[in-house]
Order: sequence, then structure tokens, then C-alpha cells
Amino acid sequence: MYLLAIDWYFILEKAILVAFIVSLSMLVAMYATYAERKIAAFLQDRIGPNRAGPWGLLQPLADGGKLFFKEEIIPLASSKFLFVLGPVLAMITALLTSAVIPWSHSFSVGGREVAMQIADINIGILYIFGVVSLGVYGIMIGGWASNNKFSLLAAIRGASQMVSYELPMGLALIALLMLVGDLRMSSIVANQAGGWHIIYQPLGFLIFFICALAECNRTPFDLPEAENELNFGYHQEYSSMKLGFYLFAEYINMFISGVVMSTLYFGGYDIPFVHEAGWGLDSWLLSLIGFGVLMTKAALFIFLFMWIRWTIPRFRYDQLMNLGWKKLIPLALINMVVTAAVVLWLKK
Amino acid sequence: MRSRDMQLTQRAKQVDRRPMTAWEKLYLPSILKGMFITLGHFFKKKATIKYPEEKRTFSKVFRGLQILNRDEEGRERCTACGLCAVACPAEAITMEAAERQPGEEHLYKEEKYAAKYEINMLRCIFCGYCEEACPKDAIYLSQTFAPANYGRKGFIYKKDDLLIPNPKEDPDGYQKALGERAVKK
Repeated sequence: MYLLAIDWYFILEKAILVAFIVSLSMLVAMYATYAERKIAAFLQDRIGPNRAGPWGLLQPLADGGKLFFKEEIIPLASSKFLFVLGPVLAMITALLTSAVIPWSHSFSVGGREVAMQIADINIGILYIFGVVSLGVYGIMIGGWASNNKFSLLAAIRGASQMVSYELPMGLALIALLMLVGDLRMSSIVANQAGGWHIIYQPLGFLIFFICALAECNRTPFDLPEAENELNFGYHQEYSSMKLGFYLFAEYINMFISGVVMSTLYFGGYDIPFVHEAGWGLDSWLLSLIGFGVLMTKAALFIFLFMWIRWTIPRFRYDQLMNLGWKKLIPLALINMVVTAAVVLWLKK
Repeated sequence: MRSRDMQLTQRAKQVDRRPMTAWEKLYLPSILKGMFITLGHFFKKKATIKYPEEKRTFSKVFRGLQILNRDEEGRERCTACGLCAVACPAEAITMEAAERQPGEEHLYKEEKYAAKYEINMLRCIFCGYCEEACPKDAIYLSQTFAPANYGRKGFIYKKDDLLIPNPKEDPDGYQKALGERAVKK
């Protein structure tokens, strides 16, 4: 349907996809909090939340409801605009990253090819990096605007940690991009049909994974919210749903980074060792299966994140900086140079 | 002063102070080891239980809430002699004695009885000295504990709260309250 030279079906299709992805991220983040509590409990020989609904499945709803009804406190000494802006930014940047991720195979409806990706821009992975690095503003502004020394310290820590770990992350990624030769997310996935990138870039993946933990502020890199030294860090002064937004953004980030890592290194929606396109299934069914596969991979990553959180204690701050600058960056550089040499040699 | 190589327990281990090897400096092997230890706990039997639905059985010598006993005909055994109150190290027990009137023989076993009998469960340390002190087998510690309450007053247990159900009127309740003791005798 073309009206005013605009393809309205295209806009409708994208709007539906955006709504779907955003609500999916929210839902996954909600149940990630539940999963976190359950996994923490299981790893510590406990049962975990089991009161709200069967097996405690309604616990996230109860938590959310509680956060909405809590008193909203804005400290007098804070700068109010920035204080509100902090959690808003954290939430927006967390949700924005999902825009370029290819969620599954495209499928056709009434002769139209519908892509399961909101925008296949030609700088896809750079867009993710850009938005992720914006995420630090949520922490910084929130910590700064609280006018609390603990929050400020946490914000400084968070900012320097994120900047430090973005470097090796980017360097690990450059090695990957040398293999693909394209920044589009869709071509990164298509490039892995023969074999996943993890086979060619195990060290690169390890570096990327460690940096992803740091970028998501997950243990052992949760220094910005170190409970026992900074009293909860940058969101100490926050209450009610503003606090909820910060916590929620963290879980959305975790989900998205799981999806990004599956896409970059684990073939995205690709099923290993089978050629699913040759099954002769309907395109929408194939799309659904691909989506399920990607979600499974992301869920495994979320489990891994939680498993690590409840096993490894937090780094000391100097150890964190040491690891980032003196270990990961040289390693990533070596990985990059070796990959470049091998790619050049093979192309000769 | 204790000599340096003396061991406090048999489990004491000499700490290896040698500098770490390159393999150990990687940390990743030890991290993986730790992660598999926690994963092992993931599948282990849980140490906690779903409390109100599921309850642990107490040990046979568990000392819980006090119960004022009756004899087989449903008469209160307590004669308000006050030995339990004297024995109580926490001073949790108070009582007032009264004389049995003619026609009350079916209520009280002997001529003197406790008109008031109170135990402050916030003071009680559940030592069981009251049970030991009682010459009339009138008080014993049961296998339950004092439930939570909203106020302090709720923890001062009156005679009505402490008395065992009458075996004539409520034999099931009597047997239940008697619990392990019924088997013992």
C-alpha cells in the first residue's frame, strides 16, 4: 500500500516488530530477575522464591508492583532534572541496542518478505557499540545527580570501568570483522553458516565475553554497585520505579549482550550441523524455529552470567584496571594481529 | 606462648607460599573449577524446606511449649505448689493458688489448684526445669514452639492457652497434645 509515496505496510510491519522486541526484552528482563533469584538459591542449596504463584512464577509481577507503589524520593540536594534523566537514559540505551539484531530468518506474508530485524543498517555492530557506550551516561548522570559521595564514587568507577573494557572489546571485535569483512549484523550471521565464529576466534570470544560481563556491571565486575563498600553504588538514592528502571536496564543489557554474543560468535539463529532451510518447511515456521534457537542461546548466556555471579567474588579496583589494561588489551591486540596475518596469508 | 609449628586442629594445613606458576596465574582453570563446584550444588538436595507446608520433625528430647496436664478423668493436676516458679531460672512463671470448693472435684484433682497460671514466653528459655521440678506431673514441655505474635501481651500464656484438652470432651486433642509422652508411658 503506497500512500504519499510511503510504503505503509513497511511502517506497520516495523512498528509491530519494534513493539514485539521491546515487550520481549521487558518480559525476558522480568523473568531474568526471577531466574537470578532461583539460580542463586539453587547454587546455595536453597529453594528460592516460591510463594507468589506456582513455583513463585508471579514473583516478578509482585516485585514490579511493589516498586510502583513505593514512595518516590528525590533528594533535596540533588539536581532534579538529571536525577530523573539518569534512569531514563539507562533504560532507553538498554532497549535501543536490540534494533539491529537479526532475530530470525525472514518470512513471507502475502508475497511480502518480512525481515525479523528492525533495521539492517550497514554499520550494525558499530551502532551497538555506540549505544552501549552511551549506557554509561545513565550511571554517570544518576550517580552525579544524587549528590551523594558513594553514588559519585560508584559513577566514577563505573565510567572508568566501562571505558577501559570497551577497548579490548572493540579490539576483539575487529579480529572478528576481519573474518566477515562487513559490519552488517545480517552478513555476520550469514557468514557463520559454514562454521561458527567461536571456532575461529576462541580467544577473541573469551575477551569479548569478559568485557561483556564488565559492560553489564555483572559480578565479578560489579564495582559500580558494590554493596559492601559503596552501599549499592550509583542507585543508592533512588527509590520506587526509578530504582526499578536501573535494575531492569541491567537485566535487559544482560539479555541483549547474550543475544549479541550468540549472533557474533555462535551463529545467531543458526542451528548447528543441520541445514534447516532444506527441510521444506513454511517460511514462518522456519522463522519461528530460528527465533527459538536464538532465544535458547541467549538464555544459556544469561544462565552463564548468573552462574558466574554466584561463584566468583568481586575484583578489587586495581585488579580490575590491571586486568583490563595490562592483560586484555595486549591479548586482544595479539589476537587481532594474528588474525590479520592469517586472513592475509589465506587470501594470497 | 605457643610455638609456631604447633597445630590447633588436625585439619591445619601448611600454606604453600611458593610464587604462582604461569598456569596458576591464568586464573581461568581455578575459576572453572570453582564454577563446577557451584554447579554441583545446583543439583544437590536443598538444605531448606518449604516451611509451613513441610515441617521438620523435632528430636525426641526437644523442649517446646509448656502444657498443663490433666489426669485421665480430665482433672487438672496442678496444685499451685510453686515449685516450678522457684525452679524457673528465667522467672517466667507466676501463679495464684485457690482452694477447691465442694462440687469442683471433677475439675481439680486435689484440694488446692492454680486459679491463675501464667508463663511469659518471652522470658522462658525452655530449659525444662519446671517439668523436672513438678511433683505432680502437671507440667511438661511439648514438641511445639510458641508461634509468632504481633504484641508482647500475646506471649504471656494464660492457663487457657496452656491447659491440655480435656480427655473426656476432646480425646483426640488430648492424645495429640500428649504426643510422644503417650507412647512413653
